[in-house]
Amino acid sequence: MASEFRLPALGADMDAGTIVAWQVAPGSRVKRGDVVAVVETDKGAIDVEIFEDGVVREIVVPVGQKVAVGTVLARLDAEGEAAGSAPAGPRAKVSPAARRRAHELGVEVESLQGSGADGAITLADVERAAGAAVASQAPALEEPATLAPQGAVSTTGVPADSRASMRAAIASAMSRSKREIPHYYLSTTVDVTTATEWLAAHNAAVPVTERLLFAALLVKALALTCRETPGFSGFHRDGRYEESPAVHVGVAVALRGGGLVAPAIMNTADQSLPALMTAMRELVARARAGRLRASELAAPTIVLTSLGEDSVDVVFPIIQPPQVAIVGAGTVVERPWVVEGKILPRQLVTLSLGADHRVTDGRLGAQFMSKLVRKLGDPATL
Amino acid sequence: MSEPVRITYREAVKQAIREALQGDPRVFLMGEDVGRYGGCFAVSKGLLAEFGEQRIRDTPLSESAFVGAGIGAALGGLRPIVEVMTVNFSLLALDQIVNNAATLCHMSGGQFPVPLVIRMATGAGRQLAAQHSHSLEAWYAHVPGLRVVEPATIDDARGMLRAALACPDPVIVFEPISLYNMEGDLTAAASEVKLAGARVHRTGKDVTLVSYGASLWRCTAAADELATAGIEAEIIDLRSLRPLDDATILESVRRTRRAVVVDEGWRSGSLAAEIVTRIVEQAFYDLDAPVARVCTEEVPIPYPKHLEDAALPAAPRIVTAVKGLVGHGQ
Repeated sequence: MASEFRLPALGADMDAGTIVAWQVAPGSRVKRGDVVAVVETDKGAIDVEIFEDGVVREIVVPVGQKVAVGTVLARLDAEGEAAGSAPAGPRAKVSPAARRRAHELGVEVESLQGSGADGAITLADVERAAGAAVASQAPALEEPATLAPQGAVSTTGVPADSRASMRAAIASAMSRSKREIPHYYLSTTVDVTTATEWLAAHNAAVPVTERLLFAALLVKALALTCRETPGFSGFHRDGRYEESPAVHVGVAVALRGGGLVAPAIMNTADQSLPALMTAMRELVARARAGRLRASELAAPTIVLTSLGEDSVDVVFPIIQPPQVAIVGAGTVVERPWVVEGKILPRQLVTLSLGADHRVTDGRLGAQFMSKLVRKLGDPATL
Repeated sequence: MSEPVRITYREAVKQAIREALQGDPRVFLMGEDVGRYGGCFAVSKGLLAEFGEQRIRDTPLSESAFVGAGIGAALGGLRPIVEVMTVNFSLLALDQIVNNAATLCHMSGGQFPVPLVIRMATGAGRQLAAQHSHSLEAWYAHVPGLRVVEPATIDDARGMLRAALACPDPVIVFEPISLYNMEGDLTAAASEVKLAGARVHRTGKDVTLVSYGASLWRCTAAADELATAGIEAEIIDLRSLRPLDDATILESVRRTRRAVVVDEGWRSGSLAAEIVTRIVEQAFYDLDAPVARVCTEEVPIPYPKHLEDAALPAAPRIVTAVKGLVGHGQ
């Protein structure tokens, strides 16, 4: 005899809830009192228990859907009855390595398209998806085109099917981020005239191929700041934050034809500016040619997402789980600014921080930002 | 060290025996037709003239008797090399090998080690039919107290006997019949060959082929073919079948995340089965595809050439197995 499991009222004033996660799948055996789903209500996420024993026949309401109290969420068969009813669908073929990696990277593996033998989802599928899934979905991010040396960029871009799976992976990772990570945001507008003048002077003295971009200063300053201020460069997994011993700053790179990857510059804090610049040029070129290494995609401990020439003031960046922070940079623009009582034209950029409130609080975030600003103000020490 | 010398596998084994006889007066060779006839596979040809009847001893056609005599000689302080024509015939000596050679050191609390080396030819490929062509290495690799090795390269054929004679345990050395005529370079490395441990024979990143003996060369042919399809196969030569070198296998599989075990033994209850199990036990979460096996068909090895070829784990079957694991995503 089939029975229905309906959304219970989890409090007197609750009239609807959103399914955040199912803890069971068709075919799962459940006992009265088992937690079967997590439901988001106005009061926060609540574990929902089931009221009777049985075998789940069908999940009616998918994750992400908001429904009224009393809606049928799932159907159950009484124990022993299941064999006679519709069989559960076959489990998606996911290789053990892919499943583990997906868990580490926060990729919802079932949604991917498998490229392995027999259509199995492989490690490469997961890493491809994870690489795609980094960074903010807010404005369409465009890495300064000048980051890539002319001619070194593949014009073919990514093939359409992998673009679709990249889009699915971005959707999955960003949904998870917004669902699970309580973001807080800070932003500050910074006078970077000193830095841009220092860059201009430096670049005038070196050949064109060795010229530095502002992004290189940002990456280095960010890496050094992470090293001094724990809580922003690491991973939050299984309810616990772990600081990464080394800082690997991921650089968000927009791909031609859509999609986004954020490969890491390994051991960012230890590299000189010219080395960072070379690494960035090379990463961007390889990212656009679709030739990133899996390790580069999985390594970032924090991401920098930098708006190029899009005339965007502020980025409100979304953290890539399991990371815990992301820094955004708007366009560097010349605007009026008050310096020592005078209004002067200065080079300004607005930096923003999206950080995980489970790990840090706004005050630490503010300290993080002010250190970052100080470092940018003294480019010669970077 | 000098330039590599090009010799046959047979010659490498002969040189190893000669060196052992020259270097240690306790060493002698014993077996059917090893003296006057020069060995069933001509490995010991000329050694009788060189070393005399005391040290190159023809035996009666009784594997149990002369393997038992070898065990006794080893217990008595000599270093016998006993040659059994093929692994099929060694079954007549199983009692001596499994119940005596493998156990005495253990049962005597370490007082009576059995430093015996038993060489036997193994495997198919020369149209010697079902009673002379089987690969029963797995049966011996099952038994604690024995060490089992199978040199597949010229360097190992030349160097492993020395390591085997230096070992205090009974060592079974399998020599693939189909490799005796194989030519290859003998290098300086032969003088440093160890008894234990697997070796990465060829590096690659997409799949690990685990093999031993004659199948090593089926794997290299398959790897060449796979390379043309853009698949880089890593090949592991097990060398030692007991003990197995889990570390080398797992290190490779954790990197390539795919494995195919190629074994001339029959699939059921095979060494391949053991290796797959170890991979799954220890590297399950690193795998990106099921582990596959390419083994000999479960038939007594046929005599006709085309049927014998069809029964063996030939390169095209390995290629097919690998492609089956890699999928279109590689």
